[in-house]
Amino acid sequence: MSALTGHPRPRDARGVLPWLAAPALVLFVGFAVIPLFGVFALSFTTWDGIGAIRPSGLTSWRKVLTNPGLPHALWVTFLVMAVSWAVQTPLSILLGTFLAGRQCYRAVLGVVYFIPLMLSSAAIAIAYKALLDPNFGLGAGLKIHALSQDWLGRPGLAFGVVVFVVSWQFIPFHSLIYQGGVQQIPKSLYEAAQLDGAGRIRQFFSITLPQLKYTIITSSTLMVVGSLTFFDLIFVLTEGGPGDATRVLALDMYKRGFQASLMGPASAIAVILVLLGLSLALLLRRLGGRDAGASQLEGV
Amino acid sequence: MTTTLTKPRRRPQKATQHERQRHPRRAGGRRNWGGGLAGLLWLAVVTVPLYWALITSLKARSGYYASNPLVPSSDPTLDNYRMVIESDFVRYFVNSVVVTAGAVVPAVVFSFMAAYAIVRGWRMRVLRAINGLFLMGLAIPLQATVIPVYLIIIKLHLYDSLLALILPSIAFAIPLSVLVLTNFIRDVPKELFDSMRVDGAGEWTTLWRLAAPLTRPAIITVAIFNALTIWNGFLLPLILTQSPERRTLPLALWTFQGQYGVNVPAVLAAVVLTTLPVLVLYAFGRRQLLSGLTAGFSR
Repeated sequence: MSALTGHPRPRDARGVLPWLAAPALVLFVGFAVIPLFGVFALSFTTWDGIGAIRPSGLTSWRKVLTNPGLPHALWVTFLVMAVSWAVQTPLSILLGTFLAGRQCYRAVLGVVYFIPLMLSSAAIAIAYKALLDPNFGLGAGLKIHALSQDWLGRPGLAFGVVVFVVSWQFIPFHSLIYQGGVQQIPKSLYEAAQLDGAGRIRQFFSITLPQLKYTIITSSTLMVVGSLTFFDLIFVLTEGGPGDATRVLALDMYKRGFQASLMGPASAIAVILVLLGLSLALLLRRLGGRDAGASQLEGV
Repeated sequence: MTTTLTKPRRRPQKATQHERQRHPRRAGGRRNWGGGLAGLLWLAVVTVPLYWALITSLKARSGYYASNPLVPSSDPTLDNYRMVIESDFVRYFVNSVVVTAGAVVPAVVFSFMAAYAIVRGWRMRVLRAINGLFLMGLAIPLQATVIPVYLIIIKLHLYDSLLALILPSIAFAIPLSVLVLTNFIRDVPKELFDSMRVDGAGEWTTLWRLAAPLTRPAIITVAIFNALTIWNGFLLPLILTQSPERRTLPLALWTFQGQYGVNVPAVLAAVVLTTLPVLVLYAFGRRQLLSGLTAGFSR
């Protein structure tokens, strides 16, 4: 084209574009893509984290797959995922719907509701650890026996605490998503329902909830895939304990790799984590159907 | 945090603002007492732990066990805070600032450049492939790649340095940032790009003079989201640093608790102190922060 008109266009301007993407690409490949392949590779080696890396075939995998710790960790991961989903979703939908109302007091409440979003998992876990302490915590101070249990020292209770704290931290985030979703529902639907004499509860179940379908899928995807990586919260709160009651996969990976210096088996667990995350994301996307909005996984 | 998968939304703010004007209240006339009550209940769930942490951090260690935990001390003391600050928290704060700023600025600039290239060069196969690669990064729990990241950092002789935290943080921030920014750059009218070209501006000039100013809200949003994630990050500092001088705040908090676990008021003072900077920002830029958190998620 430029040859025809004789105008030297800034020497094929388009050729510049890939270079603009280069810095992001280099960093992403260097610290995400290569590690992704690296974790596969490392799962076929023996490495203590400091010394030399020696290939060792399927040893790590055999070790991981025959260890009863793996099904247990998978089970705990699944439980945390399922129970925290079941707790968070209804509460987030209700809170989101509540906050989508235009009343002034709700806006004020919203300001407070979203505070947990700002806090680090470490800070939250540490505060709760202190609060739940059987001797020095809130329950002991109030002298209420039911509240001064050994919350983090008994398997069932510790699991419940993990779910509670996870919910406390993440419900605000999901209510925020639902709030946006509810505010996008056309008001005419509610007006029509009102003319038909539908009450508030009826409106919620026959308008709000069905209209939120895609929001529910998005939020659930984030919850489910995100729950695979609840590392910091559980690590600080219980370190996977008592025993291995709250030892989820991510924690299992860390403990085997960085505490027991078994990077090979830890990498194998990481591979399982990656595959699990990927298949869950794809599964949920399938559930959402193709028209769940121009999904961003289009490229995958 | 949970930032693994997203769906785009086209400028959510517009629609909601529009509706805000017309609908003072949903569900019509009757007051919703049940809803209000449940709302207050949740308010209690959120505030009681925060309130307890705050007032306990102001109590003297000696009198703390005897007092009612929900009543503020009649004689509040800042001793706990002094102790925390004397435990080198200023240094940890500076470390956190360095890591956050050092990662967010390049992450946003590079993501913006990449997003611009992807939108403008959509016809080029390379750029579509790059975009696909970034999108894949959204579906994968990147934390699962920390072992090789640790290895790479060792090989680069960066172990136990702040740069070791910065580099992977940038990489982990890129997928979502590119996604959000591409969505916004796509909304810039094509005619504006054309007129820039007619004026003889190259891509570099167009990028900074046209696209950046027009998508500034999105850039700020993305920057805030990444800053919050990196500021609160725990796993990378845990595995990539070792010496006390390199600790960032969340890690310092954890080690502090390990050391002074029984001194509950001091531990809580540390918690309050480390969350204070973010809460101050929240007080001033709440809208921005919240929209930053949900950018890219929605229907």
